[in-house]
Amino acid sequence: MRIDLRIQALLLAAGLFAGCASQPPAPELRGTGDLGVVIARASGKIAVVDTSHRTVLGEVSGLGDLSHASVVFARDGRFAFVFGRDGALTRVDLLARRITHRVQQAGNSIGGAISQDGRIVVAQNYEPGGIRAFDADTLAPLAEVPSTYGAEGKRSKVVGLADLPGNRFAYALFDAGEIWVTDLSDPKTPHTEKYAAGLQPYDGLVTPDGRYYLAGLFGEDGLALLDLWQPEKGVRKVLREWGRGDEKLPVYKMPHLRGWAMADGYLWLPAIGRHQVWVVDTRSWQQVAQIPVAGQPVFVMARPDGRQIWVNFAFPDNGKVQVIDSLSRSVVKSLEPGRAVLHLEFQPRGGEVWLSARDDNRVSVINTERFDTLTSFSIDAPSGIFFTTRAARIGF
Amino acid sequence: MSPHLFDRIIRIGAVGALLLGFWQASDASAAPSPERADALIHLVRQDCGSCHGMQLTGGLGPALNAGTLANRPREAMLATILHGRPGTPMPPWAPFLTEGEADWILDQLINGFPQELARAH
Repeated sequence: MRIDLRIQALLLAAGLFAGCASQPPAPELRGTGDLGVVIARASGKIAVVDTSHRTVLGEVSGLGDLSHASVVFARDGRFAFVFGRDGALTRVDLLARRITHRVQQAGNSIGGAISQDGRIVVAQNYEPGGIRAFDADTLAPLAEVPSTYGAEGKRSKVVGLADLPGNRFAYALFDAGEIWVTDLSDPKTPHTEKYAAGLQPYDGLVTPDGRYYLAGLFGEDGLALLDLWQPEKGVRKVLREWGRGDEKLPVYKMPHLRGWAMADGYLWLPAIGRHQVWVVDTRSWQQVAQIPVAGQPVFVMARPDGRQIWVNFAFPDNGKVQVIDSLSRSVVKSLEPGRAVLHLEFQPRGGEVWLSARDDNRVSVINTERFDTLTSFSIDAPSGIFFTTRAARIGF
Repeated sequence: MSPHLFDRIIRIGAVGALLLGFWQASDASAAPSPERADALIHLVRQDCGSCHGMQLTGGLGPALNAGTLANRPREAMLATILHGRPGTPMPPWAPFLTEGEADWILDQLINGFPQELARAH
């Protein structure tokens, strides 16, 4: 016992001595389930946040051009993969708050996804068009699928990348009007199936069960639907008849489809060129309601329990946020949480929502029942907010 | 109406509007006030940036850097800013910009677009 105490004292002394050296402190012993990342788009930084205590833990800088940046997480929630507009892919350790790996993988990129097994990170690129796959531990390149189409061999911009079961990925080709599904289960030999989709697919989503891939079309009415359980049946156009012939309103920012919004058994979607949210039955793929809202919706996000749908808007209505009640299918609350609200993210069980107001340099945390602001942070031109619970969800 | 005809009408209208704008602007400098210039720089970098990138290096829309724009006809570029471009996602910005302001933005784009000043927190 006495010896044990002496050893402990020695170890303690050694520990204190080590603590005086110039090594950075070891990461705090803590879990990662309540961590998150807020993009500071103009300064090339991310803020690492703790959603339990509603605090900013620190920031990581040197991430490049983060306009339209997006983030996916390793399955342990410790490592964030940040996709920058400038084509850089950066792996950040959220606990140590430092960059572990970084590659300049393209000239112009808008996002990425992570495989079902967590081993492959895939970037979707505008320039040069295509997808590229990387080892999630080292960012070593694994595979590339150029989005080459047509007789001239042009490369299309890639949008709407979504992870699918079986280490597959679905994405849409804006210029080619196609949906591609690439199987990366053997990353050295990717296998791609191609489907005609329609004019100018601008984004896509996969349903929470991984069964349906849905691409929004800018160039024609309706959406392109691919049943991934029966892909041999090809793409079906759905929701074509809605609003047909109506004059479309100008779109000052493209809606985002990623991150399905399922609530009350229905899929909730931003219309394009119309100031509406569409409610869709995913058994029949028929519309059941169209809800008038304050502008061109950008993100239509279901509170995790599905009782509310929160919507933000494109310029010039981007100071507004509206809340739809999923039972009455009507707007029950309109908020103005700041200038240029670019994104919102719910706590995993939905009690609080974090919203970024770019032009007020502020992130606000709002209670979703009482709509009061619980706290707010100063973050330089905040845009995307991403919580580590995304790591466990298909399509995020 | 065929898209082609619609396109032509838009173009004719745009050229007419431009000629009018040119005539109006010819007797006065089109430079906006410093406050308005800041707001326009912010608009271009942040809101045009949604599609063209904050550094204007391109995105869903094309890059808007000096090299890309240098050899394009000015009238067509101004018409695109003010009236959008049918068949593409480019929307009309005339509801938010005067012709003089669009002209000034085009000048800045061609000469290398200014960075935003740090905005007060």
